[in-house]
Amino acid sequence: MNQIWQMLADNFSFLLNGVLTTVGLTILGFVGALLIGTVVAVFRVSPITPLRVVGTAYVEFFRNVPLLTLLILIVFGLPDIGLLIPLFWCGVLGLVLAGSAFICETVRSGINTISVGQSEAARALGMSFGTQLRLIILPQAFRTMVQPLVNNFIGILIGSSLAAAVGVSDITNVTQQLNIRYAEAVVLFLLSGAVYLVFALGAGRIGSWLEGLVSTSRIGSAR
Amino acid sequence: MGPERLAFLSVYRQERFSRRGAGFAILVYLDKMATPLVEVRDVHKAFGTFEALRGVDLDIGRGEKVALVGASGSGKSTLCRCINRLETITSGTITFDGQPLPQEGKALAEHRAQVGMVFQAFNLFPHFTALENVTLAPMRVRKLAKADADAEARELLARVGLSDKADNYPAELSGGQQQRVAIARALAMHPQLMLFDEPTSALDPEMISEVLDVMSELANEGMTMLVVTHEMGFARHACDRVCFMDEGQIVEQAAPDDFFDNPQSERAKDFLSKLLHH
Ligand SMILES: Nc1ncnc2c1ncn2[C@@H]1O[C@H](COP(=O)(O)OP(=O)(O)O)[C@@H](O)[C@H]1O
Ligand SMILES: [Mg+2]
Repeated sequence: MNQIWQMLADNFSFLLNGVLTTVGLTILGFVGALLIGTVVAVFRVSPITPLRVVGTAYVEFFRNVPLLTLLILIVFGLPDIGLLIPLFWCGVLGLVLAGSAFICETVRSGINTISVGQSEAARALGMSFGTQLRLIILPQAFRTMVQPLVNNFIGILIGSSLAAAVGVSDITNVTQQLNIRYAEAVVLFLLSGAVYLVFALGAGRIGSWLEGLVSTSRIGSAR
Repeated sequence: MGPERLAFLSVYRQERFSRRGAGFAILVYLDKMATPLVEVRDVHKAFGTFEALRGVDLDIGRGEKVALVGASGSGKSTLCRCINRLETITSGTITFDGQPLPQEGKALAEHRAQVGMVFQAFNLFPHFTALENVTLAPMRVRKLAKADADAEARELLARVGLSDKADNYPAELSGGQQQRVAIARALAMHPQLMLFDEPTSALDPEMISEVLDVMSELANEGMTMLVVTHEMGFARHACDRVCFMDEGQIVEQAAPDDFFDNPQSERAKDFLSKLLHH
């Protein structure tokens, strides 16, 4: 037992860096995926056919390629075309690409829950497609999307562990390195599992809180 | 003062040193006033293989109030939606204020802004207050400053009898109140034409008259209106003309008293007798 405590104490800052890297991958990955996923969802519901085609192709590609394949292609493929990105950012990029395909579908189904009457009323008032989306459709759609977005967040969090396989020093990668040195697989991976668990539970709590916030507001009763 | 008068006055002022110019401006003005605001010519609209409109002809004069009646499924909503270009037409022409309806982009948005539409289901924006529902399009489309938009919206809400509901959300209003907010919202864009698609059909009976009163008042103020309705009392007393639609065509049009007391076509007679037997 003492040996384990000793190991943890000796490698505290190493482990902490791993945790922070996982947090960074997940948060940057989620924020990027949310932005790009929303844009792609807008493409997919736009009246312009080429945009819809591009949006659909994007989703079908990035949703159906394994994240690990994507990460390997980014880490080993991009340098071949002259793009040398730091490993951490390769991880973020992979998570953004894969995450945005899933978030796009969340946003698109959120948009589809809003009745067509809303966009017709907006169009009848002379609002452009962009104004309609920004002021009428998306604000209402996001209210219905809180829980599905929490799922997307957890997907990105758990997916971030695959970045370990291409050498990003996240918590999974760090525990694997320590395991090689100390051969304490169970303890170490229980520890890294706990990090993911705590982080995911926290995200769930924040999600419930956000959902409560929108549904207890006076506007919530309107739908 | 209508926009035509304003346009006339501005031409007149520019040309005021030239009598010929003034004479010309008057001619342009008179000519404009003589042309209908809306001209629908041989309009067809197909959804897939189904033809919802089969050669509709309709003129709406400036300041005229036209009731559009007919059985459910006869194409009344489709015609309204084609006039403000929420739907494209398959063939035929629709002109508004002398111009063919624009196909897309800014011009199309401007056209829609000039045509107010009131829906059966109100379609208020649930995440905005009554006041915000009314100010949104003036601020975002007409680019009015917030203070001006607010002042005008409060006037409009007062006009529809809802001064005290400005800060309520749609969910906190009754159906009749919501529909009156929807009318104020449409009026805030200063439309030249108002389309009403069964504005009272979703309302409880006791709320119908509060909405019809607002519409009658609007009619008296000279607004050009096309009203799809089953309220025959309103069609008779507030409208100048009744158009009867059946199977995608306007089968009969006449002054309200003539239409109701002495319908010509078999289908109109049939329609009216069914209404009376309800
Ligand atoms: N978007 C649509 N797609 C297919 N059919 C439609 C659509 N909108 C209307 N229709 C059909 O067109 C006909 C006319 O509809 P509508 O104009 O709504 O009639 P009304 O308003 O007189 O009841 C109906 O048979 C309806 O089913
Ligand atoms: Mg209808």
